[in-house]
Amino acid sequence: MNELQELYQQVILDHNRNPRNYGELQDATCSAEGFNPLCGDQINVALVVKDGVIEDVKFTGSGCAISKASASIMTSVLKGKTVAEAEQTFDTFHHLVTEEDDDVDMESLGKLAVFAGVREFPARVKCASLCWHTMRNAIEGSGEIISTE
Amino acid sequence: MISEEIHDASVVAPAFDVQAIREQFPILHRTVYNKPLVYLDSAATSQKPQRVIDAIVHYYTELNSNIHRGVHRLSQDATTAYEHARKAMQQFVNARSSREIIFTRGCTEGMNLIASTFGRTAVGEGDEILISEMEHHSNIVPWQMLCREKGATLRVIPISDSGELRMDEYERMLNERTKLVSVVHVSNSLGTVNPIKEVIDIAHARGIPVVVDGAQATPHISVDVQALDCDFYTVSGHKMYGPTGIGFVYGKAELLEPLPPYQGGGDMILSVTFEKTIYNELPFRYEAGTPNIEGAIALTAAVDFIRQTGYEAIAAHEHDLLMYATELLSEIPEIHLIGTARSKAGVVAFTIDDIHPHDIGTFLDREGVAIRTGHHCTQPVMKRYGVPATNRVSFAVYNTREEIEVLIRALHGVITMFR
Ligand SMILES: Cc1ncc(COP(=O)(O)O)c(C=O)c1O
Repeated sequence: MNELQELYQQVILDHNRNPRNYGELQDATCSAEGFNPLCGDQINVALVVKDGVIEDVKFTGSGCAISKASASIMTSVLKGKTVAEAEQTFDTFHHLVTEEDDDVDMESLGKLAVFAGVREFPARVKCASLCWHTMRNAIEGSGEIISTE
Repeated sequence: MISEEIHDASVVAPAFDVQAIREQFPILHRTVYNKPLVYLDSAATSQKPQRVIDAIVHYYTELNSNIHRGVHRLSQDATTAYEHARKAMQQFVNARSSREIIFTRGCTEGMNLIASTFGRTAVGEGDEILISEMEHHSNIVPWQMLCREKGATLRVIPISDSGELRMDEYERMLNERTKLVSVVHVSNSLGTVNPIKEVIDIAHARGIPVVVDGAQATPHISVDVQALDCDFYTVSGHKMYGPTGIGFVYGKAELLEPLPPYQGGGDMILSVTFEKTIYNELPFRYEAGTPNIEGAIALTAAVDFIRQTGYEAIAAHEHDLLMYATELLSEIPEIHLIGTARSKAGVVAFTIDDIHPHDIGTFLDREGVAIRTGHHCTQPVMKRYGVPATNRVSFAVYNTREEIEVLIRALHGVITMFR
């Protein structure tokens, strides 16, 4: 596989075509909006968090294949996790897409492992991580608009 | 006697030799990801010919010193070279006097200079400033800031579906409150060449001054500020084969003369005491601090390159590339062109069904093809066409038909991958 094929794996292309958990979340307890001014990506992440557990999470917005697939997979992975586990997962994910080393616990990443190819494309790291930053912002309830710049 | 000239072999221009042009641009010989570089992003910034690079090296090897202040030899030589550059810019846009040329960092600083000097004087509460829907952010935000400061209103000339100024609307929007019109000569996101002379004449008929954003014009077309009769014209060096961080504003001397200074500091003064400062004369009053000396000198080399190549040859070659690219792109059903004005400079913008431009840009990059993807600092244009971003291919005199073919092959690859 060349680097491009590794970046745009079938799983990513599939989530881009048919994003999961896309749409408004009626009874959301928190939400936040994120922007990537470089490419015009815009995303809204809404969650239902009860007793420290993410019961539901959905997103809306527009963006490139990487950012859409990332939001789609993130929302699938986060459902049922505690807030602390979500933070932990974000850290591992961030390590995966930014660091050259192989010190990541691929097993704990599960489906997120398909984003391993992103690290070869520094210009695209922001696309992959925008939804995560936005999710964290929603939970922290700062309410500020987050930008990857 | 055009027909005679055509038969006179001595005046027929020699066939355009793009390889000879390419030889002058060292960066065009490098590879990216082991593929030959195909640089189709000259509207963002053009590549630089060897003579521009040499001019910078020569400056720091032979001339470096501060200007307008030393009695020593180096300072005199540097001052002479810098002021020679000003004269060269005067001739380049055919200004009446070199006092009308103010060096800036580029078009963005140029617009800010005009807004905070001329704009502040000319615009008051309840007045209107007229710009167009196809402006670059640098010709929107400074006016917005001025409007907020003065309690004035920013009004926007709409564009048509093909990306042309709605001249009928333009005329209708001018009124006794309009204090200034500021319009782009050539659009960076649509490629449209605006009928700028007409825009100016219509405003002048009502006594309204006109500012022209020439960032994308001077790389492609010859500009004569006296023939246009524009009041201000901004030029960006790095778009026209010159270095970054240099450009200039042309302003009519009679408009510049009574204006307040732009920034305060050294070089813009005649005398300073703590009680009172006497400002320097034109154009120095507008150039506070040590300027980009080597930039101005190297811009002269860029102007020499343009002159030697010739605007006619540049325009003819770029037009051929524009037509060729437009034709090949139009043959791909998934591709939708954005900006189809009748008169265009070397820009083709497009979208590909629902494939996001950022993904396209990444794919092309790995094929060695550099294009611009995004909103191109013209978010209102994206909104006008209902897209978050576009893909933009832009040409300079060094591009070739073969490069367009590489682009087209790569685009087929993108479409196949995302199908
Ligand atoms: C139409 C237009 N105006 C203004 C600018 C800004 O010019 P500069 O980079 O010199 O500040 C650009 C460059 O992106 C442009 O394309």
